[in-house]
Amino acid sequence: MSAPGTREHRPPRRAPARRVSAAAVFGALLLRDATVARRELPAFLVRVTFQPLMFVTVFGYLMPLMSLMDRSYTATLLPGIMGVTLAFSSLQGVALPMVADLGYTREIEDRLLAPIPTWLVALQKVVAGVIQGTIAAFFVLPVARLIMGPIPNLTMSHGGEVLAVTLLGAATFSTLGLLLGTVVSGQQIGLMFSMIVAPMIMFGCAYYPWKMMFHVPVIQYAVLINPLVYVSEGMRAALTPDMLHMSLSTVIAALTVMTGLFWWLGLRTFLRRSVG
Amino acid sequence: MVTQDAVHPPAIRTQGLRKVYPLPRARRAAAASLPGAQIDGAAPEPAVAPAITPDGIVALDRLDLEVAAGEFFGLLGPNGAGKTTTLGILTTRVRPTAGQAWVGGTDVVRQDVAVRHLIGVVPQRPNPDRSLSVLQNLIFHAAYFGVPKATAKARASELLETFELADRADSQVEKLSGGQQQRMMIARALMHDPEVMFLDEPTGGLDPQARLALWEILRDLHAQGRTIVLTTHYMEEADRLCERVAIIDRGRLLALDTPAALKAQAPGGTLIELTLDGDASAAAEGAGAIAGVVRVEAQGPVLRAWSPRAGEVVAGLIRAAEQAGRQVRDIHLAQPSLETLFISLTGRKLE
Repeated sequence: MSAPGTREHRPPRRAPARRVSAAAVFGALLLRDATVARRELPAFLVRVTFQPLMFVTVFGYLMPLMSLMDRSYTATLLPGIMGVTLAFSSLQGVALPMVADLGYTREIEDRLLAPIPTWLVALQKVVAGVIQGTIAAFFVLPVARLIMGPIPNLTMSHGGEVLAVTLLGAATFSTLGLLLGTVVSGQQIGLMFSMIVAPMIMFGCAYYPWKMMFHVPVIQYAVLINPLVYVSEGMRAALTPDMLHMSLSTVIAALTVMTGLFWWLGLRTFLRRSVG
Repeated sequence: MVTQDAVHPPAIRTQGLRKVYPLPRARRAAAASLPGAQIDGAAPEPAVAPAITPDGIVALDRLDLEVAAGEFFGLLGPNGAGKTTTLGILTTRVRPTAGQAWVGGTDVVRQDVAVRHLIGVVPQRPNPDRSLSVLQNLIFHAAYFGVPKATAKARASELLETFELADRADSQVEKLSGGQQQRMMIARALMHDPEVMFLDEPTGGLDPQARLALWEILRDLHAQGRTIVLTTHYMEEADRLCERVAIIDRGRLLALDTPAALKAQAPGGTLIELTLDGDASAAAEGAGAIAGVVRVEAQGPVLRAWSPRAGEVVAGLIRAAEQAGRQVRDIHLAQPSLETLFISLTGRKLE
């Protein structure tokens, strides 16, 4: 070597660093999120379930009492409320920290420097979102049932199907959260909620079954791009199977395709924004 | 597979390292103006424009470096010189456009996960995990690297003690002062016992006292046998701490040597800088004829002259300016230093 001032190489300080399995790192990353989430659990539950539960109180309790709404409406409402809660707690659980992390705080930097492929850091965030969404949904279900009283046609005999729709729906909205959280900037969060989240809730078949929209076919088919439609309808298929609902296989196929699409797009933007 | 010096590979080696950031779409057409471009991630904030080409902003232009294991190495240059980009590539956080880099003989692009085991990184702006306490920051960091829990706990309490943070172990990170946060960031980066420490302008926002304390910490880390790579735009910092310094500007390596050897390269001793009330080029001609002046340079209203006998030539320089019809507004003398070397290499000041 003839570079100016190049020095003799000293022997390394000690043996080369040990390796660690990707699974162990992944577990440590999840444990970190769990530690933070456990402390913030009450605040988290209030944040993601307060609005749906107020909706339940007005439309599932007060209005039937006033005879402005038929009691049977509660059977339509309950699965939808569970779907809305699941969807938006999953979405927020990934998108909000992502916007902050990739924007101003750059706190995620320590995890991007962990000895694990970068795509696994994104996957870990999605898994954390799925867990949060699932907890929120299973919290809201009994509370909503309590508020509304006995619900006609509600059955708990398809527990496996409820869980499947819950996990798949949470995955769809967590990956959507990854996509939105990596595309949207801090200043645009308010806009995201009013332009994307609000219409998604209103046209997500949470408060009415999809098949009843046959009155306006244009809207009925337009809403099929909305993943919440499949979560709400899937919850109906699993919780109130005697009521009008989409077939479970359609729901599962649509959610699987959407999860794949959002993951692919979200990972692309995540990698673009996290690796220079 | 590159096997360079298989027994003791250098701590760091780069070969023809180049990084071009794509221009934001709006700027691609008018690529003549300065880039105030906000680039995501570990990109620099260019205060001085790096070269702009039709391809994009050239942050790093064929950089060749070699840092020996155990060396205290400094990257000195102004903002936007390419220091942060260099560190970004070496720490696997930025992909080079061309060229290669190795840490401990391991390729930073193809074996990025393996490289992350070897390195500890302290970024320019402290980015602790604000949802966790000080101690949790350290413990979780260790967990990400597979350090056994008992080892992690012992090491954390030892590091908190060393960095005078022991009484803040359970504090929220926000409650720490700037200097404490910076020390915590270093402690955290040490939790997995890395071979090479990268610190990006670690003393940036610190008061002089905290800066001195940090220098002590860095000297200790170096004494333990670790390789340390530090970026700074404070020449004093590079001078006092580093065994070798690379001066970079606009993505290019301008000089690389020990601080003493670099200072010896500074042309002709003291720099005398005269600020005139108008263009200095006419005055430069007369100044060049003065005995004892070894080099003259005019840049706008600034006349720079280098001389080993500054005291003797000042009067002559003022006369030369007056003969050229200019008044002297200000005079500044600078001893041969990394600063004067930098000015002679680039025509600009460092800070």
